[in-house]
Amino acid sequence: MDLITELAILVLAAFVGFEVISKVPNTLHTPLMSGTNAIHGIVVLGGLLLLGPAKGFLNDFLLVIAVTFGTINVVGGFLVTDRMLGMFKSKPDPQKLAAQAEAEEEKAAA
Amino acid sequence: MSREDAINLAYIVAFSLFIIGLHMLRGPRTAVRGNQVAAVGMAVAVVATLCQQQIGDWPLIALGIVIGTAVGVPAARSVHMTAMPQMVALFNGVGGGAVALISIVEYRRSGGDLELESLIPALFAAIIGSISFWGSIIAFAKLQELISGRPYRIPGGPIVNTSLMALAVACAVILAAGTESEALFWLILVFAGALGVFAVLPIGGADMPVVISTLNAFTGLSAAAAGIALDNTVLIVAGMLVGASGSILTKLMADAMNRSVANVFIGGFGAAGGAIAASSEDGKAARSTSAADVAIQLSYARLVVVVPGYGMAVAQAQRAVADLAAELEKRGVEVLYGIHPVAGRMPGHMNVLLAEADVPYEKLKEMDDINSEFTRTDVALVIGANDVTNPAARNVPESPIYGMPILDVDKASSVIVLKRSMASGFAGIDNPLFYDEKTAMLFGDAKSSVGEVLSEVQEL
Repeated sequence: MDLITELAILVLAAFVGFEVISKVPNTLHTPLMSGTNAIHGIVVLGGLLLLGPAKGFLNDFLLVIAVTFGTINVVGGFLVTDRMLGMFKSKPDPQKLAAQAEAEEEKAAA
Repeated sequence: MSREDAINLAYIVAFSLFIIGLHMLRGPRTAVRGNQVAAVGMAVAVVATLCQQQIGDWPLIALGIVIGTAVGVPAARSVHMTAMPQMVALFNGVGGGAVALISIVEYRRSGGDLELESLIPALFAAIIGSISFWGSIIAFAKLQELISGRPYRIPGGPIVNTSLMALAVACAVILAAGTESEALFWLILVFAGALGVFAVLPIGGADMPVVISTLNAFTGLSAAAAGIALDNTVLIVAGMLVGASGSILTKLMADAMNRSVANVFIGGFGAAGGAIAASSEDGKAARSTSAADVAIQLSYARLVVVVPGYGMAVAQAQRAVADLAAELEKRGVEVLYGIHPVAGRMPGHMNVLLAEADVPYEKLKEMDDINSEFTRTDVALVIGANDVTNPAARNVPESPIYGMPILDVDKASSVIVLKRSMASGFAGIDNPLFYDEKTAMLFGDAKSSVGEVLSEVQEL
């Protein structure tokens, strides 16, 4: 692919990124950060692509480290973000709470 | 359709999923799903890449992926929420390190004879990736307290850093001009790495939100550059999305401290703060109070606003705070949380901790929303926060933090500050709030103090 096309993709991606991310509320800044962290683990692809054509021990050695790093980045990043986001809970629904209390009362009465 | 086309189509699917996933991160309800959507995108990208014709070395690929998973999964599963900033720094660092390694291999495998349109992005990726790796390692070490979180003064710091940058760029220019030298490429990694170390070393804990965001942006940009070097669209798009996200967060964090990003990296607060701290201490005494008094004040309030800071994270007091709030709510007291954007060590740090303690996110108010509430607040409960509540930022033009947006806790009817001692905050600036006549100080570890207050409230 020629350089100009790639630069066009780069610039468009920058605008999309700014547009999408500037609307994320403060509350979610840490998950946003660790989620995007996981996404830049995409560099693992570079390691995978080069492992075939790049010959020689040093190249292989460096690339295995790169793939390891990238995998840590991807797997760890998505998992930790998932754990974190699971903690963000809304206020319990008042109707549900009332229903629960009623059920408990009934149980107590019976 | 050729195999090449199919793979490129899969890449388009992958980056669309990234964008959709990020879009869903806008609301706490859709965010979990959003993260999963992005993870599916990643899986699509990896599988598509493994279908490329040039992929050959399966045992080595498996080795890297197995080690990476074996390290990454347990780390992500077991990390405490209070340790999240260093975890993010670490994941960020390994990403940057991977970029730097990939770019040097790309150079080596071409025998130094890389086309300019691949060479220049590869050099860029090497420099930024190496800065990001070593900078993140230092940030991790500071947050983990392997080395002191205090700012290190490096004599001639800005000059050293500028020289290192100049050296790295000079080597890159020599390579780009047509010289073939692998040694020079290694030198670039060394200079850029040293720059990463020296740039982050002088920065203290309170500026960490800016540093982590910047390093995040750097790793993203370096990944995008590597994507251009390797002609890989999904790398370009994903890297740039992260670059954009990191840049936005960096700007938000710097704005919340009323400082420029350059100012954070060039000079800390420390140097200017000393004299002012000394001059404002004379003749004033802070009023100390007891847990029992605090309990009474809180129980008879209508609205209590909790203002958490890094001290709450250090003391791991988030659950105790949530328990106290629940007890107060049972007695009809309204409890809200006022969260400064740079409270803690990374963007949104306090929100994650309080979410962990099951505080509903509707109660976590951003600075602009809560500041209008302070005039009707009966008690502002400041827990381990200091500089973000310092009224000097509003009314003392000589103060180093003058102009920084703060939480207006001094507008509440009364203020209770939980603090370990009278030591000034990270910025080394005295806080007039502590000497205000409506302020009472409750000294001690935040967790045990909150626990004592809770048991006093329960006895009332």
